[in-house]
Amino acid sequence: MNKQEELEQMNVVVVGHVDHGKSTLIGRLMADTNALPQGKLEQVRATCARNAKPFEYAFLLDALKDEQSQGITIDTARCFFKTARRRYILIDAPGHIEFLKNMITGAARAEAAFLLIDAGEGIQENSRRHGYIMSMLGIRQICVLVNKMDLAGYDRGAFDRLCAEYESFLRRLDIHPIRFIPISAMKGLNVALDGKTEMPWYEGPTVLEQLDALERPASLRELPFRFPVQDIYKFTEGGDDRRIFAGTVLTGSVRVGDEVSFYPSGKRSSIRSVEAFHAAPRSGASAGDAAGFTLATQLYVRPGELMARDDQPPPIVGRRFRANLFWMGRAPMIQGKTYKLKIGAAQGSLKLVEVLSVLDAADFVSEHSKQQVDRHDVAECVLEAYRPVAFDQVGQVLHTGRFVVVDDYEIAGAGIALEKLDDSESTVSQHVQAREFAWEGGRVTAADRAEMYGHASKFVLLTGEDAGALATLAGSIEQALFRSGFKAYCARSANVARGLDADIRLRADMRDEQVRRLGELARLLTDSGQIFITSLSNADEYDVRTLELLNSPHEILVVRLGGTADASIPAHLTLPAGTDPETGVEAVRKLLMEKKVILDYQI
Amino acid sequence: MNTMENREPSASTLDRLEAQSVHLFREAYREFKSLVMLWSVGKDSTVLLWLARKAFFGHVPFPLLHIDTSYKIPEMIRYRDEMVRKWRLNMIVGQNVRALSEKRAFPNGGLTRLECCKALKTEALKCTLSSEWPRKRYDHAIGGYVEETHGEAFTGVIVGARADEEGSRSKERYFSPRDRDSDWNTSDQPPELWHQYKTDFAPGTHVRIHPLLDWTELDIWEYIGREEIPVTSLYFDQGEGRRYRSLGCAPCTQPVESTAKGVADIIAELKTGKFSNVSERSGRAQDKEDGGGLETLRRSGYM
Repeated sequence: MNKQEELEQMNVVVVGHVDHGKSTLIGRLMADTNALPQGKLEQVRATCARNAKPFEYAFLLDALKDEQSQGITIDTARCFFKTARRRYILIDAPGHIEFLKNMITGAARAEAAFLLIDAGEGIQENSRRHGYIMSMLGIRQICVLVNKMDLAGYDRGAFDRLCAEYESFLRRLDIHPIRFIPISAMKGLNVALDGKTEMPWYEGPTVLEQLDALERPASLRELPFRFPVQDIYKFTEGGDDRRIFAGTVLTGSVRVGDEVSFYPSGKRSSIRSVEAFHAAPRSGASAGDAAGFTLATQLYVRPGELMARDDQPPPIVGRRFRANLFWMGRAPMIQGKTYKLKIGAAQGSLKLVEVLSVLDAADFVSEHSKQQVDRHDVAECVLEAYRPVAFDQVGQVLHTGRFVVVDDYEIAGAGIALEKLDDSESTVSQHVQAREFAWEGGRVTAADRAEMYGHASKFVLLTGEDAGALATLAGSIEQALFRSGFKAYCARSANVARGLDADIRLRADMRDEQVRRLGELARLLTDSGQIFITSLSNADEYDVRTLELLNSPHEILVVRLGGTADASIPAHLTLPAGTDPETGVEAVRKLLMEKKVILDYQI
Repeated sequence: MNTMENREPSASTLDRLEAQSVHLFREAYREFKSLVMLWSVGKDSTVLLWLARKAFFGHVPFPLLHIDTSYKIPEMIRYRDEMVRKWRLNMIVGQNVRALSEKRAFPNGGLTRLECCKALKTEALKCTLSSEWPRKRYDHAIGGYVEETHGEAFTGVIVGARADEEGSRSKERYFSPRDRDSDWNTSDQPPELWHQYKTDFAPGTHVRIHPLLDWTELDIWEYIGREEIPVTSLYFDQGEGRRYRSLGCAPCTQPVESTAKGVADIIAELKTGKFSNVSERSGRAQDKEDGGGLETLRRSGYM
């Protein structure tokens, strides 16, 4: 193998306020490590001379970008160069606030960051903002470069003062820079070559030496095992009968035979096999692997759950949590609006409960009290997910608490869950309490209706994996009950989807909203004295509990169809997969008699 | 992205790239109900196809789409159909039948290279994706292509573009939104962090997914070598001292001088730096036309 190929690769982002010298630094590093295409430096010098412009290293980078549009393979945002130790990808993050989304995207790929500060201008708004973003992104290796020391007269006092001021700011963000280096990117001092003549008082490494001295972040394999279930596959083609839990291992490791649990559902099983295509057989998987597992037992789990090992500390499960949030959306984040939360592989609805404080954008130290989170604000707030999510307490496993907020199809916010808050009083139960408190009953009571119709009202919910079979069964029950003289009505899922739910087809919180509307519909129809039948495929325990709550004070009967359907669903009746409609109808009829909805003699 | 950060130091570059691509595939498959993957039959999209099989444990659970300009080198079509049968792929072929029947093409139909690309590739792609035009689907029972009309419109399109390949591609995201007219707003792109991508989209728009964005030309060949992925023989010198480095339509694609006869030779050749100042797509004449080249094409929907 070629020696070059054995070199490890590291992504380093260069950030800082606009005009503090990012392009100059990168141009200088490229030039001094001979990473430029042949003749490039001479060419740019010649162009400058022709236009009577002083040569600047930043022009090099501009020239490379120009060339890019003509087809030569150099990356705008990413510059490649290598030292004896590593191959580096330098990510040139835009300093202008308008490009903050790009800056975050670039920085999120980095393992270390160089933060540039102009010795003359000192700490500016983006020096602070970028420091904050590095901290939030979880980049621990940060090195501060105090640039333009030539313009500051190579003054040690100025350098020390700036370092002290910035360090005290970064300390608030729990960032501890590994090094402060005084440089002049333009003159190439302490970049690739040392600046001992100009700054004899500085004895630390140059930028290049510092790069090679960076260490990779501590091994994620040592942390507890965390595996967000991205998807569950059952590809039947070619007789494949594997049910594979697929995803990327975030942290830790797992081996065949390990006992595992899924969160938030709490379901348990153990790893039967590690699956892979065209690869040597594996007995385990660890951080970074895009893996696939089969389990020892049949388990119904939805994508989005977090798998953890039973012999390690479990994650927290909760709906209401305190979080640090950074907002990029054009529209502010406001209370009363429903957003989409994406955390790990899980997705769901999210609401802003309260803004605790917003950091001042100019100094990032003082706090403001506000009701909303505006664009580019950094806020501490209380958020509530519609259904429970799993994450780790900050400081334990940082990675599972990271989330984004989607507003109107766009990723508008990014944040980290800090701690779980009390959520015993759910939004749904509060809503139902308020609704029932104000409920206007008519003069006709439920008892009147039951007497008139000859049966009680009930909400019959069918659930399982096979939507087609569920629809058929629901229709058969409706028909059979109707023929027996009962007031039965089946709301067909397709009709609800095209009508009542037509406006939420593309909404971020579609599933949760669909369940909410179905629950309200059930409340009205059971109130009318009917036996209301509907199906909801792949309902989980949480869906059923929500429907039950929304339908109260009336009652729900849950019929589960199919073997792999969620066994934790509190079902009143379970029918095996493939049950023919006739048998199904009879079983439901029997259940309705047991529950005294209909009486024996009526049949 | 975090895949990179999360990988152990011992994992090789190829392992990391593979894991990242697999993650992106799975994300796309979960989020997009109408998903299609473009397969140009070239080396990149063939690696892409292999990675799809990695992601889905040997299966390819969505259709592949090839835009056939009818000017492709015949060996490419032969290789395509051979792989379709061998891996039992769900293959769709789209074509600008009208432009071809009216003989509107470069060079004989009076069209410039860019106009030709626009008609035979961009327009064909747009109208095939939207199912506005009929398309052909391979029927494994009869062993040939059958025309289908009113097929589904695809909202997620997986593409094998790489950032290092060409300037405009380095501005892409892993999940890059396109609007109704396939327009691409390069100055306002979605943020991507922590394995989270733009997977929500307004009606009428679609998203392009780029699992190979971080791969380089060398990574591609090393992976082809490691995994023993079959690629068309056009990439290798057949004894004439020439081979193709990038594949396209016959009138606009030129081979490079090279005696590389196999994957190992190509890897060795790339490592010598022989091509380090020559763009990979330099044999693709349409990139140089009108100065804007590929970015002009890509803004209007070229892949």
